Amino acid sequence: MSLINIQAPQGTGKKYWRSLNELADTPEFRQWVHQEFPANASEMLDGNSRRTVLKLMAASFGLAGLAACGRPVEHLLPNSIGTEADNYLPGEPFHFATVMSIGGHVTGLLVETHDGRPTKIEGNPDHPHSLGAATAIQQALVLGMYDPDRSAKVLQGGKESTWGNLESAVQKLSLGDGTGLRFLSGFVSSPSLASLRADVLKKFPNAKWVEYEAVSRDNELAGASMAFGQPLYPHAAYDKAKVVVALDHDFLNLDAPAPFFTSAFSKRRRVGSEEDLDKMNRLYAVESQFSLTGANADHRLRMKGSDVRQFAVDLATALGAPLGLNVVGNPAGNQSDKRAKFLAAVVKDLKAAGAEALVVAGPRQPAIVHALAALINEKLGSQCVSYTKPVIDKTNSGVDALKTLTGEMSAGQVSTLVVLGGNPVYSAPADLQFAVALSKVANSIHLGAEDDETAAAVSWHVPQAHILESWGDEATSDGLAAIQQPMIEPMYGGKTALEIVSWVTTGKFTKSHDNVKKFWLAQFTSNKEQGDKEQTWRKALHDGVVAASKTSDPVKVSVDSKKLVAALAAETKTAGSGIEVGFYPSSATWDGRFANNGWLQEAPDPISKLVWGNAAMISPKMARDQKLTDGDVISLTRGNFKMEAAVMVQPGHSDDTVSIAIGYGRQMCGRVGKDVGSNANLIRTSDAFYFAPGFTLAATGKRETLATTQERGTGDNQEGRPLAREVAIDEYKKNPKSIEEMSEVPEIHSIYSEFTYDKGNQWGMAIDLTSCTGCNACVVACVAENNTPVVGKDQVLRGREMHWIRMDRYYSGDENDPEVVEQPIPCMQCENAPCENVCPVQATSHSPEGLNDMAYNRCVGTRYCANNCPFKVRHFNFLNFHRHEPEVVGLVYNPDVSVRMRGVMEKCTYCVQRIEETKIKAKLDGRREIKDGEIKTACQQTCPAEAIVFGNINDPESRVAKLKKQERNYAMLAELGIKPRTTYLAKLRNPNPELTA
Amino acid sequence: MAVIFPKSSDIILKVAGAVVGVGALIGVAAFTYYTYPTVIDTGYQPVQPVPYSHKLHAGQLGLDCYYCHSTVYKAAFAAVPATSTCMNCHTQVKKDSPRLEPVRQSFATGQPVPWVQIHRLPDYVYFNHSAHLSAGVSCVSCHGRIDQMIEVHQEKPLNMAMCLECHRDPAPNVRPANLVTKLDWVPDRDPREIGNEIIAQKHLDPPTNCSGCHR
Repeated sequence: MSLINIQAPQGTGKKYWRSLNELADTPEFRQWVHQEFPANASEMLDGNSRRTVLKLMAASFGLAGLAACGRPVEHLLPNSIGTEADNYLPGEPFHFATVMSIGGHVTGLLVETHDGRPTKIEGNPDHPHSLGAATAIQQALVLGMYDPDRSAKVLQGGKESTWGNLESAVQKLSLGDGTGLRFLSGFVSSPSLASLRADVLKKFPNAKWVEYEAVSRDNELAGASMAFGQPLYPHAAYDKAKVVVALDHDFLNLDAPAPFFTSAFSKRRRVGSEEDLDKMNRLYAVESQFSLTGANADHRLRMKGSDVRQFAVDLATALGAPLGLNVVGNPAGNQSDKRAKFLAAVVKDLKAAGAEALVVAGPRQPAIVHALAALINEKLGSQCVSYTKPVIDKTNSGVDALKTLTGEMSAGQVSTLVVLGGNPVYSAPADLQFAVALSKVANSIHLGAEDDETAAAVSWHVPQAHILESWGDEATSDGLAAIQQPMIEPMYGGKTALEIVSWVTTGKFTKSHDNVKKFWLAQFTSNKEQGDKEQTWRKALHDGVVAASKTSDPVKVSVDSKKLVAALAAETKTAGSGIEVGFYPSSATWDGRFANNGWLQEAPDPISKLVWGNAAMISPKMARDQKLTDGDVISLTRGNFKMEAAVMVQPGHSDDTVSIAIGYGRQMCGRVGKDVGSNANLIRTSDAFYFAPGFTLAATGKRETLATTQERGTGDNQEGRPLAREVAIDEYKKNPKSIEEMSEVPEIHSIYSEFTYDKGNQWGMAIDLTSCTGCNACVVACVAENNTPVVGKDQVLRGREMHWIRMDRYYSGDENDPEVVEQPIPCMQCENAPCENVCPVQATSHSPEGLNDMAYNRCVGTRYCANNCPFKVRHFNFLNFHRHEPEVVGLVYNPDVSVRMRGVMEKCTYCVQRIEETKIKAKLDGRREIKDGEIKTACQQTCPAEAIVFGNINDPESRVAKLKKQERNYAMLAELGIKPRTTYLAKLRNPNPELTA
Repeated sequence: MAVIFPKSSDIILKVAGAVVGVGALIGVAAFTYYTYPTVIDTGYQPVQPVPYSHKLHAGQLGLDCYYCHSTVYKAAFAAVPATSTCMNCHTQVKKDSPRLEPVRQSFATGQPVPWVQIHRLPDYVYFNHSAHLSAGVSCVSCHGRIDQMIEVHQEKPLNMAMCLECHRDPAPNVRPANLVTKLDWVPDRDPREIGNEIIAQKHLDPPTNCSGCHR
């Protein structure tokens, strides 16, 4: 489809559109959406025609009769020794607290296990960076543990070897005083590892330990060094801020992979009363690619990543900072009016907010922008940001440190390199030629989770234990520690960084558990007896936070303006020629480490809705200028570095810029992630680490199919039916009925006598579109809880994705600056459910508690129900997806939910297994009433924004009933008379009147 | 055209047709009958690794069901006891019996005794023992007089019809919760009357909708 004839939406009121093709309204698009399923959607995958399948089925039915003659013998295998002492009950779930870190963002987790196997991950409510929520990536960790493609063998030079061989090789190492000994790890946030590191560096004074992350927080520290003269971590209190300005900072998604940021921000986006309306925060976003933060911003200004610095300078100057420098050239001419207006409004708003103002800079922006943000916050007297000293030393961290290391390696100065986790051959900047440098190192030992690019290039590779199967600890950037405890023995014999470091440096193998425990027992107050220390240790394990951890107190600092001005003057003026390319972590694979995780690969990108791959995102104008459309493969070149990637046109993207996610195009990866997407690391160099100009773009004439989940779902677009409703606060205050008035609901009576749902528990759900950010955590949580299959790119292209809750994204307005509404769509549990009366076998029917039950064992797969569902929330299992999974993946299934087979319709049931479990628990306690909030659906439990509320609508005191009483509560398609139990609270926007006028 | 087959040969065709038709009907009927749970499952009595007699232990010695199946009040599964439970007594009683060899082996090696499962529900059925016991449904309602079985067999069909029958009319199967493991309990008056009293007192309302059992 071409991008011709794009016209701005006409007519009064908002017109919503889901993709540019739709906005263009081409005949092909119309045809495509009116074919309910894309071409060949009903053909089988493997080339078997329907007729062959029928023949095969007839034969297998015949044989089935024979097989059924005898009952297979199944054994019950109890323990040899009873374990009643540990409160263990066979078949009942057991929870453990643990912790995980991604690039220094630490989150406490609770892991549910069934008979010793971890099945589900939740946030730990007692951990301040989780507060009970978890992100999509954290939810998917558990699948990664069972991954059969994980590294399971010691490799020598890429070939299978044994632990014994490695042992003798390690004994032969002569480390001396550490000259030639180097360690390379990811971000160290583990106090026990940091302590071990200190010991090692003391023992080997000439050794070095370098930290490198493909996506890091180094610029934050460098910015603080520039502003305050010492490295400090900024901590933004989003819940205290009334006005937030995000300078290329996607704190709602990619730049803060912990749920805590979203929950703090959303606190001021939950509206329960008039006062809440006045307390609501306002978010301004300045960015290049369309991020989730941009989508949630009340005002968004698109600009190149490199122009953000000038914006920060102008903002600081306008707020009265004594900069007075003409640093960088003028911003894009055609935007200057808009930019000036935006800047003026931001300045005014920030000044008015004063102590409640907050300016944050993103980790991709250079140190100077972080320093400027600190300066602006100081000028404003902001009370929303504090600074702490790093509890773990970060002096030898980042791209420059890695550059020095590869220099030493190439020069032959490194004899022993220990790589602790990560995949530097893949993720290091292309110009460092890490693989070449690695070949010059005599002894390289790599601890890694996969048989990846690095494993093949080192002399020794050791399998790494997963987070859920190893001991460790992690501390947040301000020092709050938590113990990482395993739930299961390492499935593939993995080791941990602690074990490898202590083993290589001492020659003695100590288990992580002993190391971690020894470290922490020494930390606990020593005047108490050993028993007390043991109790403190057990309490720390149980709670998931170490109460006695040494946290770093906020330091009082002030910006050294003179130094900052000097630093600013010293900045090189970037001559912005050529196309600018920006590199982003992927919301699915992060930096590539989760590439082999099917749950994440299939979770659609929150904005582009792209699955199974990445794309070079460009603006609609650039697409027209360069005559490119979705799927055209382009080449991006800068110097000697070149890559090819498919183009995707992203509304709201900045012009003359390409944004691309790293973490794809893995060549040595498991069966899920191999060759998915294009490898952006090929053009990512140390001088173009996050973004840089000077790239040339050329069309290659090739095409690639991109799989997206948009343009499907509830029909072609909103078609004048207000599905996702939104209103500005001022309008809502003037006329609270405005939401209700968006659609006319006639009085409809059913031809059947209606059931009155007025007794006992009546389950319902309210989803607040104001606080929902669209982060996808609910989508992956649902997959984990309900054993939803992964279907793959090919099936997604046929419209067969199986997510029981999906995230719909609607654009509105101008293609260059669209506004976005994200809307999670689970089953609406209609009281008059249209799916029920078309089922010929009564496989779906209503429960007295108002649930639209689905009996999978009864379903014969006519698909009538899906055809009659106005919300398209029923998903048909076409191909026995679970059967093609490796057997070990079956261990991740939730035993409380049936694993569905081919030919069965699947759908959300409000996590009925959790409802029934809680009801039974209440009965055992001798009560009939379920407390409000006692049952949480999987999507609700993990939602960092608390946008999803589930409960008994028959209880007027329940949270859900109260939310449903709000005037912005509405039911989708209520005019059909279906009485949905899931209703929505309209999105409230908080625009600045000066910018809307 | 010459007549190859005489007219009487038609009858052969008709008879053959009838035989095939009736045969098919019988086949379908037999298949349905023999795969019906009441036939295929009722009476199932596999050979166990140890000929443990419930009649001796639960019947004559009077061990409470709960002594071994200790999770029934708390969990969905009525767990088969750990070997250590057997050894509580059998370190002293019959400690040299050759029949108990697998038990001693298991206790010594840590390997489980491979008991064979008798009562089995399909994977898509979620039955919870604790919920039923707390409501006052006795073991005997589904498992029969285990205390009279030397080797246990499945007595009831455990099919959906059986579940629904009780869920629609639980009164005959509900008794005071403290008597659920008394398999030989004889009510002193109409059990339905007792059941109805308990149902009213506990507000029992067993589900008959799909998600009550299927999730």
